[in-house]
This record gives sequence, C-alpha cells and structure tokens, in this order.
Amino acid sequence: MRAHFVLSEIGVGLRRNVTMTLAVIVSVALSLALLGGSLLARKQVNSMENYWYDRVEVSIFLCNANDAETGDPACARGAVTEEQKEQIDAELQEYDLVDNVYFETAEEAFEHYQEQQADSPIAAVVTPDQMQESFRVKLTDPTRYEVISSAFAGRDGVQSVRDQRSTLEPLFNLLNGVNYAALGLMALMLVVALLLIVNTVRVSAFSRRRETGIMRLVGASSFYIQMPFILEATIAGMLGALLACVLLVGVKQFAIDTFLADEIQVIDFVGWDAVLSVLPWVLVVGALMPSIAAFFALRKYLKV
Amino acid sequence: MIRFDNVSKTYPRQNAPALHDVSLEIERGEFVFLVGSSGSGKSTFLRLILREERASTGTVHVLGKDLARLSNWKVPQVRRQLGTVFQDFRLLPNKTVGENVAFALEVIGKSRGQIRKTVPEVLDLVGLGGKDDRMPGELSGGEQQRVAIARAFVNRPMLLIADEPTGNLDPQTSVGIMKLLDRINRTGTTVVMATHDAQIVDQMRKRVIELERGRLVRDQVRGVYGYQH
Repeated sequence: MRAHFVLSEIGVGLRRNVTMTLAVIVSVALSLALLGGSLLARKQVNSMENYWYDRVEVSIFLCNANDAETGDPACARGAVTEEQKEQIDAELQEYDLVDNVYFETAEEAFEHYQEQQADSPIAAVVTPDQMQESFRVKLTDPTRYEVISSAFAGRDGVQSVRDQRSTLEPLFNLLNGVNYAALGLMALMLVVALLLIVNTVRVSAFSRRRETGIMRLVGASSFYIQMPFILEATIAGMLGALLACVLLVGVKQFAIDTFLADEIQVIDFVGWDAVLSVLPWVLVVGALMPSIAAFFALRKYLKV
Repeated sequence: MIRFDNVSKTYPRQNAPALHDVSLEIERGEFVFLVGSSGSGKSTFLRLILREERASTGTVHVLGKDLARLSNWKVPQVRRQLGTVFQDFRLLPNKTVGENVAFALEVIGKSRGQIRKTVPEVLDLVGLGGKDDRMPGELSGGEQQRVAIARAFVNRPMLLIADEPTGNLDPQTSVGIMKLLDRINRTGTTVVMATHDAQIVDQMRKRVIELERGRLVRDQVRGVYGYQH
C-alpha cells in the first residue's frame, strides 16, 4: 500500500466535491452534537433526580382546630390530640423505611410560610393557629411512598399525606421527554447524514470512474480501489465529529459555566469530566459511521 | 492460455444470446485476430476473458484458471497477468505519460524504486523514450495508443487483449502500432486483437477467428479479413 498515492487520491476527491463534503461535515457535526448533548442532558437529569429525590420528604399534615371548624371532611372528628400525635410518631419510628422524622409545629410552619410568601397579601392575614402541624418523614427509599401513605391517610387527626416527590415528577418527566425528543431528532439527523454520505460517495465514485476503471483493468484489488473513497468519508466524518466536540465544549464553557451556572445556582451542572467522557464516543461514532456507510455504498457502485 | 468450452452468454432481459456455443483454444505465444461485424459478439468474447462478465453456460479457462470458479477477490490477481488496450486509449488526462504508466504499477502496490526503473524502460520499448513528462493531450493519437500499450505491457503480462486498438488511427499510424504489437508478441506474449481493419489482417497473415451473431463461423490458421470468393 502506497500511502502517498492514497493520500493524494483522497485530496483530489475531497476538493472535487467541496460542497458535498461540507454538507456531510455539517450534518455529521450537528447530529453528533445532538448525540453528545442528549447524553450529557441525560447525565444532568439523572444527577438532578438523585439530588432532589434525596431531599424530598413525605409530609403528614395533622388536623388543627381551624380545619375541624371549616368542615374539612378529613377532619370531621376534630383536631388532632396529643395521644394521636404520639401514636403516629411511635408507629413511624418502627418502619425500617423511615430514615428520620421531624415534627414541625404550627409556629414553625407559620414562620416558613411567612418567609416563602412574604410578598403575598394572603400572608398578612394568615395567623399561626391556621397553620397545620406536620410530621416531616424522610424515607430511605423515596419511591416507596405508598407504604406511609396507606398507613396514615384517613386516620383520625390526619388531614392529608403528601409526597413532595409527586410535585417534582412532572418536571422530571418533562426533562426526560425533552431528552427523548433530542434523541429522536439526533436519529433523524443521523439518517440525513448517512444519506448524504452515500450520495457523496456515489458522486465521487462516478466522477472518478475513469481512474477506477483503469485500476480494475490493471488488477488493483477492490480494497485498494475502495480505500480512497472510504477514507474520504472517514475524514469528512472525523472533521464533523471534531466540530461536534468543539460545539459541546463551547456550550459547556460559555453557555453553562459562564452563564447558566451564575444564573441558576441551585442546579449542580454537569462537570468537565462528564463532557470529556462523552467526546470519545462522538469521535468514534463520527469516524465509524461514515466509513461503514461508504463501504456499503461502494459495494453497489464499484463492482469488481 | 485461453480455452472456451461450449460457452454461451445471454445478457439479462435479452432473448438472443450475445455468444452462442463457442469452443476454441488459443495457445501460448499466438497472435489472434478476432473479426466480425458490430454486434457479432467480439466485445463479449473479450469481456469474458477479462472476467468482466461471466459465461451463462460453458466454461472459460484463462491462464489455466476456470473463471467461473474464481472468487471475486482473486480476480485482480488474474488481471495483473493480462494487459488491455482499447480503441479510446483510456489514459488519465491530468497525469503525465510517465505517471499514466506508473499508475498501473502504483495501484498494485509496486515499490517506488521499481516503478522508477521500469517506466522509462517500457516507454523506450514502445518508442516514446524521453516523453515521460508530456501530457496525453499533447500527443498524437498514435503516440497516446503507444502510452496505453506501454501501460498494458509494463507488468510483462502473459496475455495482451486489444479491442480495436487502431480504430481511431490513420492507416500509416496503424501500421506502426501493429509493428509494436507484433514485437510484443515475439517476446512470448499472447495477443488477442479484435479489429475491423481488413488491410491489417490481410497483411499480417495470422490466425483469424470470425464471429457472426454470436457464433464461431471461421477459425483459420493464416487467415485474411473476409471470405475469399
């Protein structure tokens, strides 16, 4: 194999097809950037899920005198008694599932409420005796919320059992949905890129049919004849993959690190290690996919 | 060298066979003219030897190998022992004369040193010594065909296939090309040449094979172009 010869053939081929090659590079870059982006987004969502689900609690809200007076059906038997509270507390301690229990008094609830709703006009008229006492239960496995819910909901003195997880779930479902949409878009882009590669290879093979015809006649192996075309596609794919890597690093550096991280400090964004771990995949897919597509395209257009 | 045993070739979606029940043998070192009108099956005959097509029935042996049993990846090995020349020269217009000949060696992986040594030798042989750096477009038709012959012969093939090599040349130039092919034949290379040129065939007095509508109608040892009435 003469490297110099093969390289010069590739150079000629790439130059002859500049527009098609550019189209391949851009479409490969975009689809791979989407691939890398959705891999990173998945990591981001997973780490956010872990972070938030570790902090969610199940709240058991207890009836207060106010609930009983306003005719809340769950509190028809009146406000919670000290005995009932002790009973609930004792039972909660017996569950293995329960990590720890914190009792929030009406006063504390009132303070939290005033902090969170300071701007709201309702906050001004709310009084401490309208606030509910509650058990804040932290579970070892937040997904098994039903165990607590079925044991305590509907019991005398309990107004409601609420899982914070259920308020977060729609958000994460949305994020996952966006992620799947990105993956679907990536698949479509990948198909477009593949079709472009097949077409580019076909045009390239057609424009060099004189050379390849002579190569066949003088007994060049089909590997040798196909090599320049496959390498052409590989180089275009690699350039696209590099561009995709630059895009991903750019998004990490400029959009996340210097902008979003300052704007939204509650979220712990994906780190450089995650970004760097995705890049090799992008490069591998970017090099392999076009070569394989070119190989199969050539089987059709360059017969022995 | 070449043996056809009851070879027929029918192309897809065509009723009449392009070649019908042809049997013949061509020995090492022979010079054979293949004649017949257009569409008589000459090109199909040559394409079968080059294994660009496979026979529909019958067997084709070239250089002792049954081409029907030859797997695709071994075909290049056989083609390296064949040289081919065409009416339209098939040179690469953007490469010099020397590069055109070298191309045949490069693509089968010959070393640079070997190429540098062989190319001027073979150009001398075809009478183009010192014209390595000319472009094909600067040469006359006869000279271009000499380049094509140099490329076909640079591997010292056992067999040279020529498909109307003088078809685009004037009579005088054609004589020069025929002398060259004759010289190559004398080095021991078998030459099979399809042609329409009656004058050349009559002058050379070599073996003549005539095809008509796909059938072998004549095989003369020292023949002429047409039937002698």
